[in-house]
Amino acid sequence: MITLQNLTKKYGHQVVLNIGHLEIPKGQSFGLVGNNGAGKTTLFSLLLDLIQPTTGHIVNQGVQVDKSEDWKPFTSSFIDESFLIGYLTPEEYFYFIGELRGRNKADVDALLAQFTDFFHGEILGQKKYLRDLSKGNQKKAGIVASLIGNPEVIILDEPFANLDPTTQIRLKGILKKLADQQDVTVLVSSHDLIHVTEVCERIVVLNKGEVVRDIQTSAQTLKELENFFAGNIAPEEEIA
Amino acid sequence: MVFKIFMGFMALYFVVVFLSMGVGAYYMIEKSGLGDPLKFVNRFLIYYWVADLASRYALQKMPVTNIKPLLLLPFNKAQIVNYSLGKTIVSFFNGAHAFFFVPFSIVLLIEGYSLGGVIGWHLGIIALIYANNFLNVLLNNKDSILYPVALLFAVLGLCQYYGYFDITVYTAPFFDALYDFPWVAIFPWAIMTFLYVASFRYFKKHMYLDGGLAQKTSVAKTEDFRWLDRFGNLGIFLKNDIKLIKRNRRSRTTILVSILFLFYGLLFFGGAIETYEGPVWKIFAGIFVSGGFLFTFGQYVPSWDSSYYPLMMSQNIMYRDYLNSKWYLIIIATLISTILASFYLYFGWGAYVAILVGAIYNMGVNSYLVLWGGAYIKTPIDLTSNKKAFGDKQSFNLKTLLLTIPKLILPLLIYALGHYLINPTAGYIFVTVTGVVGFAFKNIVFKKIEKIYKKEKYKTLLAYKQKS
Repeated sequence: MITLQNLTKKYGHQVVLNIGHLEIPKGQSFGLVGNNGAGKTTLFSLLLDLIQPTTGHIVNQGVQVDKSEDWKPFTSSFIDESFLIGYLTPEEYFYFIGELRGRNKADVDALLAQFTDFFHGEILGQKKYLRDLSKGNQKKAGIVASLIGNPEVIILDEPFANLDPTTQIRLKGILKKLADQQDVTVLVSSHDLIHVTEVCERIVVLNKGEVVRDIQTSAQTLKELENFFAGNIAPEEEIA
Repeated sequence: MVFKIFMGFMALYFVVVFLSMGVGAYYMIEKSGLGDPLKFVNRFLIYYWVADLASRYALQKMPVTNIKPLLLLPFNKAQIVNYSLGKTIVSFFNGAHAFFFVPFSIVLLIEGYSLGGVIGWHLGIIALIYANNFLNVLLNNKDSILYPVALLFAVLGLCQYYGYFDITVYTAPFFDALYDFPWVAIFPWAIMTFLYVASFRYFKKHMYLDGGLAQKTSVAKTEDFRWLDRFGNLGIFLKNDIKLIKRNRRSRTTILVSILFLFYGLLFFGGAIETYEGPVWKIFAGIFVSGGFLFTFGQYVPSWDSSYYPLMMSQNIMYRDYLNSKWYLIIIATLISTILASFYLYFGWGAYVAILVGAIYNMGVNSYLVLWGGAYIKTPIDLTSNKKAFGDKQSFNLKTLLLTIPKLILPLLIYALGHYLINPTAGYIFVTVTGVVGFAFKNIVFKKIEKIYKKEKYKTLLAYKQKS
């Protein structure tokens, strides 16, 4: 379970995130949508203690993330290319992450074997450093690395962006499989409403730093989201 | 603020130094009885010119960096190429020479050299320096040409020093001719123009994303470094750090510089510079000789990892392990430098003992100080940028130089205390003891440093995000 309490982040006078209370139960697959500047990456960065909250705090499975580092063993993430080590080959990078998470080479190899399709022959054995891979392939490597070591909380910022259509479909498969696992909480943000409704059990819409929709995904969810983003109706009033 | 004023003074200081060099060179040469100062300078200009080319090759940025966005804008290619080449003309690497040549030429005039001759000479030199500028553009990344040339001139220099062969006998007349027959300056100008046209053509022809503008990608090889596995957690990071140093040009330079540092002691023990013969300076030399890597690499921990710092901060990593691995790397490198420095035994035991003592102090005290200081140096390092190791202020700034001072002055003081109160041996013992004590307190010091890193974490993350 992840609990956000009175969480705000301000830069000067500008409030970029303001969430009174939000709970994400263990095992939920949680989708975060919102326009640019809505606060999605800010929220994820706060979850990973990469920035400090102005007020409030986040508790990740009983650990307050800005007080203790004990959330690190069970949490993994891929936010952007700053989560990749450019001068390593993908294999070296996977083994490095594996070692950090207490997995030996054989464990990592076994895991990677499950992603042969996803990699589409473009990641392993390419004789290229990560920095020389295309954006899409970098993303593939980063996403798979975040699955090493059986993390219980997985945070992925816009995992679908930059991926080719085939890979997007395969990623959906991977995320659905994760969602089926009861002990794995997956947090995903996306600009693609179709993907996110397909993959996530619950979708939260952020607008200007505030939660304006909190939906259990159903058959109507996509329509509802499309209406919201097309209409641009003043969201605060609507929810009240 | 204080720092800015200090920087201003430093800049001013260097300008004054260079200017006085330009002014003073003439009189110094004259006083030393080396003959006609102009003739003397002319003899060595060939080396000056080659050294300039080599340093440009190593350090000057290529003008290709910002071309990509221009390609899509409504300029024709000739304009873009002219603009890019034109930008190199105002480079520091061209302007810096003026600090010497302008005052020197003025002194020549004051001393009664003919106006026409001096102008011809000066114009000729300008053209040759700019010829280097364009030659460098053409030579970009052609190691196979430049290295042999540089080597050839290094050998020629040695030959001249030992009196086997003097190339300046053949080159000096040309430079003399610039003064004697000012119209000769036409030749360097012609050469420069030719090089400009050549680099213009070369550039224009290669201005495609998959041609001259393509980023060079190297063939990667996965490496295990299995032998480091026995070090457990430490090994994980050591493996990465070795790859970091091996695979990035920017970090490879630190190895090169540490090798240069190894020879720095020659100035002290070889007696090349008189002021360095005071006893206290031996410790200074010892610290530098063994501490090249410590200063050039250690200084920038954690900036080496700046491009993936968010990963390091959110992964299952304890600060302690991370810092520990960097610390061991520094210790190992210091040990290796100390062993390599054993050639100083040639200057007697005294010299090598100074280096050993310096190494102990480096390992016991300075290794912490650099890690500690690193927490405050929040300049991201772009590992992939090849040519900016020194040109960029991000890697060579006065702040980092300032931080070096306590690392160097303190041991000098400790040594002086022993040296002047008791005897030189006591001085060495004092410094050694300080180092050993530092070593013993590793745990406590590491806890402190860890705390500082944690405190600075958010600021560091923010600073690293704002690269370029």
